[in-house]
Formats: sequence, structure tokens, C-alpha cells
Amino acid sequence: MQGNDACAEGAIAAGCRFFAGYPITPSSEVAEQMARKLPKVGGTFIQMEDEIASMAAIIGGAWTGVRSMTATSGPGFSLMMENIGYAAFTETPCVIINIQRGGPSTGQPTMAAQGDMLQARFGSHGDYSVIALAPSTVQELFDLTVKGFNLADRFRVPAFLMSDEIIGHLRERVEFPDEVECIPPKPIREGMLPFEPEDDLVPGFTPFGKGHRVHVTGLTHNEKGYPASTDPDLHEKLVMRLVEKVERARHEIADYDIVNPDAEIVFISYGAPTRAVRQAFLDAPEKSYGHLNLRIVWPFPEDLLKKFKNARVFLVPEMNLGQIAREIQRHVDQPVIPIPRLGGELHIPAYLLKCAEEQE
Amino acid sequence: MSVEDWYRVDRLPHIFCAGCGNGTIINCTLEAVESLGWKIDETIFVSGIGCSSRAPGYISTDSLHTTHGRALPFATGVKMAKPNFNVVVFTGDGDLSAIGGNHFIHACRRNIDITVICMNNQIYGMTGGQGSPCTPKGALSTTTPYGMDENPFDLCELATAAGANYVARWTSYHVKELNQAITFGLQKPGLSFIEVLVQCPTNYGRRNKLRDVQSMISAMKDHALLKEKRDRLLAEGKPIPDGMFVVGTLTDRNRPALGVKQ
Repeated sequence: MQGNDACAEGAIAAGCRFFAGYPITPSSEVAEQMARKLPKVGGTFIQMEDEIASMAAIIGGAWTGVRSMTATSGPGFSLMMENIGYAAFTETPCVIINIQRGGPSTGQPTMAAQGDMLQARFGSHGDYSVIALAPSTVQELFDLTVKGFNLADRFRVPAFLMSDEIIGHLRERVEFPDEVECIPPKPIREGMLPFEPEDDLVPGFTPFGKGHRVHVTGLTHNEKGYPASTDPDLHEKLVMRLVEKVERARHEIADYDIVNPDAEIVFISYGAPTRAVRQAFLDAPEKSYGHLNLRIVWPFPEDLLKKFKNARVFLVPEMNLGQIAREIQRHVDQPVIPIPRLGGELHIPAYLLKCAEEQE
Repeated sequence: MSVEDWYRVDRLPHIFCAGCGNGTIINCTLEAVESLGWKIDETIFVSGIGCSSRAPGYISTDSLHTTHGRALPFATGVKMAKPNFNVVVFTGDGDLSAIGGNHFIHACRRNIDITVICMNNQIYGMTGGQGSPCTPKGALSTTTPYGMDENPFDLCELATAAGANYVARWTSYHVKELNQAITFGLQKPGLSFIEVLVQCPTNYGRRNKLRDVQSMISAMKDHALLKEKRDRLLAEGKPIPDGMFVVGTLTDRNRPALGVKQ
């Protein structure tokens, strides 16, 4: 099965019943599958006039208590930034699939890239935090879509599936479980206000039509949800909480594979380049390099880096000019060497081995 | 139930300027939903950004105050995900027809079953009086200090051409007619678009020799031409007097609609 189709299957399995999107290569198969499948399971598909509207529509859908999703690629992702900020600030659980392609601008519509990793974290104005997952197999595109919905609901944030054209269009064997775990957002407790956080800093969810009579606004708001945009302390407290509720869970929700933690030379990758690293390891069984594969990139699980106690150097193959390498360097004293690959094709395993050998 | 139940009284006082017409429109709308026996917990008010868009904050239903120009796609998401909700959008001329122009024509094309009430004050009021796509030719604003030299939109013609089932225009002077139009529009399957010209004494009137509220309302009353009268003039081959705008029910049809309650 193709990656994009597996993503749609994962969404349906996770109980997603509302999809709004706009066609864009190389993500369109996700929308096409959702258009086919949703009516058969009592859900709704709508093709919007652009990605700004798509993002707006899924936020509207999410507030009716329906799991909602959109899918796009770079140019559409840029257009979504406005309402992604709105979703973060209003604590709206929703899932955004980004099948990344070469940028900037129209770039390489049919070729892969990972150039939107920092945009996913910082792309909308103001401070906030989000969750970003990165699949490196078609199976993971299914599994992490399901997981994305659960994390979006638990933390009430937009969750991003930062995949790419390679995984999106790859055909691999996928096993669908008979049932997937779907954990809905926790409901609001009696006597609590709609934006009053519980101990985990996340407020209970108050979907429309249940008598909560909640006011949802993109203005700075108090715990009732009412605008309070000129109160400096309130604004600071709110923004700090929205960042903190995600960031302080970064080790608890971390999802990763570690190979050879005693190694001195360690690869760190996520998404498609993980495949090149794994192939390089198969090609050179005599080498004992280490590898950290991240399935959740944001919030960045920095403590994992400490598991490589003997690491002298970290090598970071990415299909961008070192976006996550820059994040890694913030947390370690050892050198972090980006191995960028632009142009749309994956790193060649032999080249990765050569980069590692240079560090021996 | 009474119309007062539809207000979020703990949010008062409101932020509208003295003499603003928006309160009249909110009142006409809430009287209409109340008279239809709509339920607070089945009704969602949605808005974008601007003076008009503050309205849902003063209404006791679940409400979504969204980003600039995007009220319609947010409302589309609510209505498509849960068609059993009654969805009403408050918007303004800048929000709807400038930054939200594309969403406006597509919502009308889909003929989605929501009611859109546009408070057209012909200016960007909240940001301090800049010109909008509905600022009349020659009018002064902070960004048209020598007079507006672009042509304004006719929002009702736009909505009709794009496919809305019901289109009407009134002013904040015509409260009775407006209340009837909203009541009709709320019940009509498909997209109902009601444009209401409202006075903005602070940021429009002040710069355009309509300094007080009374003169603004009088100007709207004097320049409103009933559709029936306009049709009669046209049939008789007589000219439409300068500076007049048409009020009344401009479109009423039953095209297939999207998101209609089951």
C-alpha cells in the first residue's frame, strides 16, 4: 500500500470523521482516499477553496467534537500558518499531514524534502508549542497518524505528521490492527472553567452543543474564554502554559529507536533519511556506529542525546540544510555535523558511511 | 426563554462606540432567533475580526471568534461536521469582502446552509478608519485622504452571482424590515446573506460630514431605494437618482444547498 493511502486508513481507524483539504502534490492521495472513505463511515469530506480555508474548517469541525484532519505540502503548509496559530492559541485538537516537497516556493512538487521542520515548530507568529511526528515507513505513516490524533486530543494542540514525498508515495506492506487505541480528550470537570488548566496544564475539552456555552477566541483570553488582551500578566501566563504543557511532556511522549548506545560516532535521523542510515548499517555490519531514530521530533526529546555516553560526534542526515541539527547542537557539547541532501533524492548509504569513516 | 437569555450579560459593557449601529443588528438577530424558538445549545455564532466580529462574544451560545476574513470557512467546518447546528456568521465589509472575499464567493457557491449577516459600515472601524472595498467613491478615510478612487463592491450582487439562495439589504434604520429579513434568512435552506448598512460615526461619519448619529441614520434612510420602486423606475425607463442604494429582498430562490439539517 502507498504511504498516503496508509495515512488515510490510519485517520479513519483513529475515528477521524471530518476532512477539509485542498489538492496539492505530493499529498493529494490522502484527500482522495478520505473523499472515498469518509462518506462510507458516516464522516464528511469537503474540498475547500484554499489551505487557509482548509485549516479553518478543520478547527470548526474539531470544536463540534469530531476528530478532524487536513493534508498538504509546503506551499499549502505556509498558507495554513495563520490558523495553525489560532488552533494552538485556542487549544483546538486537530491533525495536519504535511507530505513535504522541495522548497522554497513552488520548488519541487514531485520530489521529497524535510524543509518544513522548523516551520512546523515556529511557523506561526507568537510563541506556542506543537507536536510533530515523523514516519520513516508506510506502516509508521498509519501508526503515527493514529498516534497524532491521540496526542492532539491529550494536549489539545495541532499535531503534525511531518512526512515527505518518499514515504508518502512509497509502497510497502502494512498491517492494520483489528482495532486501534483511540483516547478522546478529557472532558471538563464539574465546576472548572473552559480554559482553566488541570494539573497537566491542559484544560478539559468543551465541544460545542453540550451546554458549555464556550466562547472561543484568538484574542488573549482568560480562563472563561473571554478576551483580556491588555492584561500583561494574564497574557504571559497563558503563553507560558501553552508552551509548557507540551514541552514538559517531551520525554514522556518521546518515540524513538536507539542502536548501539555505546558508539562514538552517532547518526541522528527522522523520516526518510532513517532508511538510508539503516541501509548503511546493513551494508557495513563490521562498523559499530550508533543511531537515534526519532518518531517525535517536536517537542524535541533532548535527554535522549545523553544516552550516547561515549559519543564524540553526532552526524545528522536531513533533507534540508540542517534544521534539526541546529536543535541538537543546542543540547550537546560534541560537534554536530549536518549531512544535508537537497534536490529531492534520499542520501546514498555509501555516502553516509564515508561521512562516518571521516570521523573515525 | 426571552431575548435577554441570548446575551452573555457578564461580558457587558460592550466595546462598541457610542452611536454605533452594530448593537441594533445584534438585537434584531437575537429577536429573530428567539422568535423562531431556536435553542441556545443548538446554535453557533461565528465571526472573523473587526467591530462586527465582536458580536458573538456578547451572545450566550457556543461561539467562535476566529481570524481575519476566515469566519466563513470556520463556519463551513462547524456546519459540515455537525449539520444539526444552526450556524450564524457576523462579519463586516472589510472582513468579508477584502481579506475574506474568496471565502465569501465560495460559501455562496456551495450555498451552505448558514446565515451571514454583514454589518457594512463602509470602513475599517476597529483599526482606525482605513478605506475598505465598500468605501464609496470619493469618501474620505485615513488611507484615502484625497477621496476613495476605487469602485466599491456591491456585496448583494456578488452573493447573488456566486449562488446564495437568499440575499437582502437593509440598514440599521430599517429595524422592522431587517428583523423580518433575518427571520426569513435563518429559516431558508442554503446560504442567506443579509447586508446591513450601519452607521460608524467615529470613523466614517466624522470624516465625511456626517458627524452625528442622527445625520448618518437620516442619510441612510434618504438614500435607501426600495427594490420595488427601483424596478418600477427601470420599467418606466426613468433614471435611478444618484447616490441611491437598493434595499429589500434582492434574491430568493431554492437552489440545492449544502449542509442542510436532516
